Amino acid sequence: MASKLSSLMENRYLGWIGLAIALLAPFVSATNYSLSVMTSALLFVMLAVGLNIVVGYCGLLDLGYAAFFAIGAYTSGVLATRYDWSLLATIPVVILAAVIAGVVIGGPTLRLRSDYLAIVTLGFGEIIRITANNLEITGGPSGIFGIPGISIGGLDLSSPVAFYYTCVVAVALAVLGAARLGRSRLGRAWRFVREDEDAAEAMGIHTYKVKLAAYIAGAIWGGLAGILFGAQLTAISPQSFTFLWSALILMAVVLGGMGSTPGVVIGAIFVSVLPELLRGAADYRYFIFGVLLIVVMIFRPQGVWPTHAVERSARKRRTDDDSTVEVNQ
Amino acid sequence: MSAPPLLQVEDLRLSFGGVTAVDGLSFTVDEGDILSVIGPNGAGKTSAFNCITGFYKPTGGKVSLDGEDITRLRPSAVAAKGVSRTFQNLRLFGELTVLDNVRAGMHLRIKQNAIDALLHTPRFRKSERIATEEAHKWLDFVGLRGDRAAEARNLPYGEQRRVEIARALARGPRLLLLDEPAAGLNHGEKNELLDLLGRIRELGIALVLIEHDMGLVMQVSRRIVVLNFGKEIADGTPEQVRNDPAVVEAYLGTEDETPAGPAHAEEEIS
Ligand SMILES: Nc1ncnc2c1ncn2[C@@H]1O[C@H](COP(=O)(O)OP(=O)(O)O)[C@@H](O)[C@H]1O
Ligand SMILES: [Mg+2]
Repeated sequence: MASKLSSLMENRYLGWIGLAIALLAPFVSATNYSLSVMTSALLFVMLAVGLNIVVGYCGLLDLGYAAFFAIGAYTSGVLATRYDWSLLATIPVVILAAVIAGVVIGGPTLRLRSDYLAIVTLGFGEIIRITANNLEITGGPSGIFGIPGISIGGLDLSSPVAFYYTCVVAVALAVLGAARLGRSRLGRAWRFVREDEDAAEAMGIHTYKVKLAAYIAGAIWGGLAGILFGAQLTAISPQSFTFLWSALILMAVVLGGMGSTPGVVIGAIFVSVLPELLRGAADYRYFIFGVLLIVVMIFRPQGVWPTHAVERSARKRRTDDDSTVEVNQ
Repeated sequence: MSAPPLLQVEDLRLSFGGVTAVDGLSFTVDEGDILSVIGPNGAGKTSAFNCITGFYKPTGGKVSLDGEDITRLRPSAVAAKGVSRTFQNLRLFGELTVLDNVRAGMHLRIKQNAIDALLHTPRFRKSERIATEEAHKWLDFVGLRGDRAAEARNLPYGEQRRVEIARALARGPRLLLLDEPAAGLNHGEKNELLDLLGRIRELGIALVLIEHDMGLVMQVSRRIVVLNFGKEIADGTPEQVRNDPAVVEAYLGTEDETPAGPAHAEEEIS
């Protein structure tokens, strides 16, 4: 059983299976409602995969991840509505804004012990929301509306189906990118820091820089997801970026299995879709949701699909099994 | 003027509040040398290692490598200059594979950036392949028998010790500091360690050893530094140290060669 499970987890086709499911889902149900639920799930996947770089790979607790999401959404939203930029053109600016935010908040705090980071990031999440609430350019409490859809060349991708497929492509790239970073020299360094900072330093790894890199990468993923979020809702306000978001994204990461790409993807889908499935229970749905989460954490504290640090055919050359572990760590 | 020694420790001092852990330690290590630091538990041996490698900031004194002052550098910078170490209580990355542990030592030499990793460029593939091959090479060198693809924490203790040495060697050091490498090893494993130390020396790597096993120390060291309560009480050849009355009195207590071996104190960085 265990070996069967682990061979399934190392399946090189896992990423393709996930992609196929995402591509075929609208053929099961393509109402506006189900498309919007599925699109939200995709955004959640992107956010969870981004936070997983920080929390899962590098072991840094971030309680304010929604801040980067907000920075991305507001940056692209303001440029698109006030300066008539196309959303695609805002990507470089959003990346820049995310990097700056990551350096500003991570720079001083990552020198401290990691418990401080949790507190500072919690505050940061609130500061960003309150700032958006009070600035004129962000539209104050009422926020920004009329954010355009995405269009490439003359091709308008703002219909629910087209937007869903745009998100499939973007999120698939985000998942692949995060997984690849996780299996690179930098990704290994993240794990060394998570496992034992002193031992990592003794190997010549500048742990502060490595942590900052994780934080910045997470910020970029969150910021880019923010662009899609604005495009989906066409309107954003400070209310869209409460602490609940940060908490739910973190929950997706922990629930799925920190550091494991398939786990985090499943966790994100679970956390975003389950409240919708529980709609019938009306007022009780978040209560049932909470109870379910506690049950999962009691019976599977390592997550639904935990990481599995086993290299297949370790004797073989790396190039041979290169794609094997693609999605797995 | 002759070239400066590889490692020079001058009047090193370290105190924790009221406790003086290292009290004016001085010694030098030449290229390819092999030196042991001995002394009872709590004598300040590990603290001295931590000062040399940048984990503790000494309260006084100077550490230089090739004449260059490295006293205030952070540990990763010291490691980058070619000083590698192991820890008294194993510090492997337990949840990572044995191979990944050794790849950690190669971090500074793996030539790829984030873009290479995202796009899986030929440079990425090549650097990963070289890293894997080199990791296997070091594991062969230390004679690891266990599964290299498994999580490091699942290996037997003696094997984990080997992995830690392989990881330190993979850093490509000119100077290797080993903190009690024989602790917890059985007789056969100790002999293999002795052989390994000889082969490390043949690579031209200078060794500094903290060790309680007197048989091993006497056999392998060219010079021995003896510490007691942070103070250096002797520095000489094994023969000189063995017959030094101060050492016999303060450290050995009796004529007996093996020191009493009380349980090793837990240390924060050890
Ligand atoms: N981080 C620390 N904080 C306070 N005291 C320490 C610390 N590390 C070591 N010491 C103290 O310094 C002294 C020397 O310890 P150590 O260097 O570990 O000795 P050895 O390695 O020779 O057994 C001991 O008294 C120990 O309690
Ligand atoms: Mg010690």
